[in-house]
Amino acid sequence: MKADPNTVEITLASDLRSVEAAEEITHKACEAAGLDAEDQHKVEMAVHESMINAVCHGNKFDDAKRIWFRLQVFPDRLEIRIRDQGEGFDPDSLADPLESENLLRISGRGIFLIRAFMDEFRVQKLPGIGTEVTLLKRIATRNQNLIKED
Amino acid sequence: MKTTTRQVDSVVVVDLNGRITLGEGCSQLRELIRDLLAKGHKKILLNLADVTYIDSSGIGELVSGFTATSNQGGELKLLNLTKKVHDLLQITKLLTVFDVHEDEAKAIASFEKGATA
Repeated sequence: MKADPNTVEITLASDLRSVEAAEEITHKACEAAGLDAEDQHKVEMAVHESMINAVCHGNKFDDAKRIWFRLQVFPDRLEIRIRDQGEGFDPDSLADPLESENLLRISGRGIFLIRAFMDEFRVQKLPGIGTEVTLLKRIATRNQNLIKED
Repeated sequence: MKTTTRQVDSVVVVDLNGRITLGEGCSQLRELIRDLLAKGHKKILLNLADVTYIDSSGIGELVSGFTATSNQGGELKLLNLTKKVHDLLQITKLLTVFDVHEDEAKAIASFEKGATA
């Protein structure tokens, strides 16, 4: 697989405005990549949930910490990496929100939705740096345009 | 998010417009339901027709409202789900929890059949 990526890379503050900024970048990239409306929504929501995790649970709204966001459009896939400066989490230890005893829980659905909406989801702890999640969505069409960084 | 509250028979219908996401949208919904319950309104119908986006926190807020209302002997139901919201509630199995309607008059009538005061 030959990589010919169009890349947007940005460092963001640990606040909710950064979630919107990442969503906006993702929205433009999804359109340029030719994803249909349903897949656009899925990718945007996965990014939204991942950014919420990074801001709230990873960096805990700490002004001194940053979030590194990188989105790459390849001919066959869209790949997003989001890195925070938190201690990380084990995605396999999370409670299943579909179990009957968890259905009425207020939280605990974010990672479930990311997994449901993306083709691949990986979590990597980076010792001394933080935690990085990778989201991957395969692209069916090849009629993508270049994306531009604002 | 904008909200409009209206009374239809014994039911309070809340028309929601915009995003229900972590932050302002969730806080608004939480306070609104809390206020309604505090004022003794226990039949609540949330009209989600104009909800453009809902995230996992917004879903949690709907669940919280449902639980709070049920705990006070009331009912909270949903009206006019968009496809996006419907799909989210489906994959999270919450369609098995919420009473969801597509017709307001029928939704109002479904409360009337209940025994909730």
